[in-house]
Amino acid sequence: MDQSGIVLLGPQRRPGLDKVVAGLQLDGPFATITAGWQEREVADSELQEHLGGRAVNLALWSRRQEILDRDPDFAAAHRARQAELSDMQELYQIGVSHTSRAITELREQTERSSRSREFALRDAEEVLRSLDRRHLERVRDIDAEFYDLTRPHEHPLIAAHRAEVAQVLAQTEAVVIAGGHVAELLDALHLFNVVPAGLDRLPIIAWSAGAMVLTERVVLFNDNAIRGPRPPEVYDDGLALLRDTVVLPSAHKRLHMNNTDRMSLLARRFAPALCVPLDPGARVDVPADGALPAGTPVIGTSGGLSCVVTAPPAEESIDG
Amino acid sequence: MAKQLAIHRLRARKPLDEQSIDRFLQLHDVPVVEGEHCTFLYRGQADEVWVRHRIVGQPQRVPMRRLGETSLWFVVLELPAGSRVEYQLEVRHGEHYEQGNDPLNPHVANSPVGSSSVCQATGYAVPDWVHPDPDARPGEIIDLTVQSGALRRRTEARVYLPARFRMTHSYPLLVVHDGDDYLHYAAMKTVLDNLIHRLDMAETVVVFSNPGDRNREYANSVQHARFVVKELIPTLEDQFPLLTTPSGRCLMGASFGAVASLSTAYRYPDVFGSLILQSGSFVFTDIGTDHDGGPVFDPVVRFMNRYRAAPRKVAGRLFVSCGTYEPLIVPNRSMVPVFERAGMRVRYVEARDGHSWEDWRDRLRDGLSWIFPGPQKYVYE
Repeated sequence: MDQSGIVLLGPQRRPGLDKVVAGLQLDGPFATITAGWQEREVADSELQEHLGGRAVNLALWSRRQEILDRDPDFAAAHRARQAELSDMQELYQIGVSHTSRAITELREQTERSSRSREFALRDAEEVLRSLDRRHLERVRDIDAEFYDLTRPHEHPLIAAHRAEVAQVLAQTEAVVIAGGHVAELLDALHLFNVVPAGLDRLPIIAWSAGAMVLTERVVLFNDNAIRGPRPPEVYDDGLALLRDTVVLPSAHKRLHMNNTDRMSLLARRFAPALCVPLDPGARVDVPADGALPAGTPVIGTSGGLSCVVTAPPAEESIDG
Repeated sequence: MAKQLAIHRLRARKPLDEQSIDRFLQLHDVPVVEGEHCTFLYRGQADEVWVRHRIVGQPQRVPMRRLGETSLWFVVLELPAGSRVEYQLEVRHGEHYEQGNDPLNPHVANSPVGSSSVCQATGYAVPDWVHPDPDARPGEIIDLTVQSGALRRRTEARVYLPARFRMTHSYPLLVVHDGDDYLHYAAMKTVLDNLIHRLDMAETVVVFSNPGDRNREYANSVQHARFVVKELIPTLEDQFPLLTTPSGRCLMGASFGAVASLSTAYRYPDVFGSLILQSGSFVFTDIGTDHDGGPVFDPVVRFMNRYRAAPRKVAGRLFVSCGTYEPLIVPNRSMVPVFERAGMRVRYVEARDGHSWEDWRDRLRDGLSWIFPGPQKYVYE
């Protein structure tokens, strides 16, 4: 395996991790990150088995819980930030929903001149992209305010945990990041500064939420929610170890993949990033430069499945 | 050519004797559901037999016919796909009339006023999230007593804490009228465990409140509203980590409980972000004040007429559901545009069902996942 390459896997309900590790000739020790499993974080015996018992769980969720329990000032500021982010996410989502509905309505205006309709559609899509962009900027602002205000590195407990995490990573051959709750996982990864601590210099195997957090921006999606399909929404910056990529775990289960209008909008909305479905059994080996290899399945701008045919530039690699 | 109904095939059998009926009953679940035709059966000596149901707009006492000279009585009713109908059988022996559940049908629905047999028509299935799921971690139910000055009585409630409850989190609050009935007859504890486990619904603290004199307290009572807002919720906020914004509070109820929810939110319009109103007894009159509900509905009709004359926003979002087979379908349908014009977002759901706890149970996922959606969009296993 490339010194710092990334292997993205589909959901591991029927785990094939042991074979992946063997194929990569990785012997360990491994560091595992299962913070997305939240309170079940340490129920990782099956994962340990796949890694030949040579893994140390970084226990990032438990560490974060300990900090929230024992550092009331930090916990209060954290709660306030979460509340504000949650409000902002919901308000942004309202804007995205209305704009997406407008796009659907515009598409249905088939009696109008196709040129006028195309202009209107392009404008509405630009509104959508602008909402995404601004939302992400505001999330960054709130995060920056939070870190300025709380200065986590000055909190002894946080500093101690960060040092321990960095120490484990320094003695690790590769890192395995499992799925779960992507917001909890991402928050823990940010809090413990895992990228500066060495994550970017290590081979990574990740799936589901674990794969999502490696991208530049985390996109939430679920067309099959009980309350009805809602348009995808940008959540936060990821760790940016994967460039120009939106990862879509269990895409065939969670997205209306047969709705080409919907899929086409998804692909165009996040372009030039490529939308990569990661269904069960999927595997994408990303080299150290972070570019998707040729052959990687992606959702094309026509709304159908396509493949990356050449390495970057990404725009040229998908269907039209 | 359409296949003949099982009952008609039986009729054509020769000889048509008690042994052939024995075999028929061994082979068929009762009522016999064949497409939209449901054959109701009664076996026994009788002078007359009726199916009694409460489907609005249909004859509610449907005579059965005796099959030849046998002990079997039958009638075929057409029930559209997805229907769930509660019924009983009435039997006449001479001057003596007897009404009870269908002895041939094991499906029974319970309620505070007794039980009924249930006909599950084609296309109806009890939702899987109603049954206990061994993978779903159970929440905890604890008793809560509040001495109410407003109601001048001790109130008894149950508080549901979700499985992973932690004092360091903040939870939305759902206040449920007729709480013990929702727990006993709508399996609401199991439903909450399952919906939270499946990420369909947010982790929520739920208080199951119970009435004293229900007809008085739930029929637009100022004392009840004061109890909920000034006594019950502050007590809960003292004891549990709850969101204290309106969007974090929902009030729900069925029938008169829905009236109690609406009228409480009407008196305190800034307290609740959402309401779940199931088969609300929203009886009103367009002309005069005469209604068919009896004196117990007088205060309800006064309240509803006043509300309809000057509708106002009482919460941000309303989940309204009603069975199409119950008489309250008309007032409930009529209220939807009234609520919407008052500036509230309304999600309105109908089902081919009646005024029953199992109908309200079956609509819980739609309502709860809309009011307090779960974290599904954040979870990628």
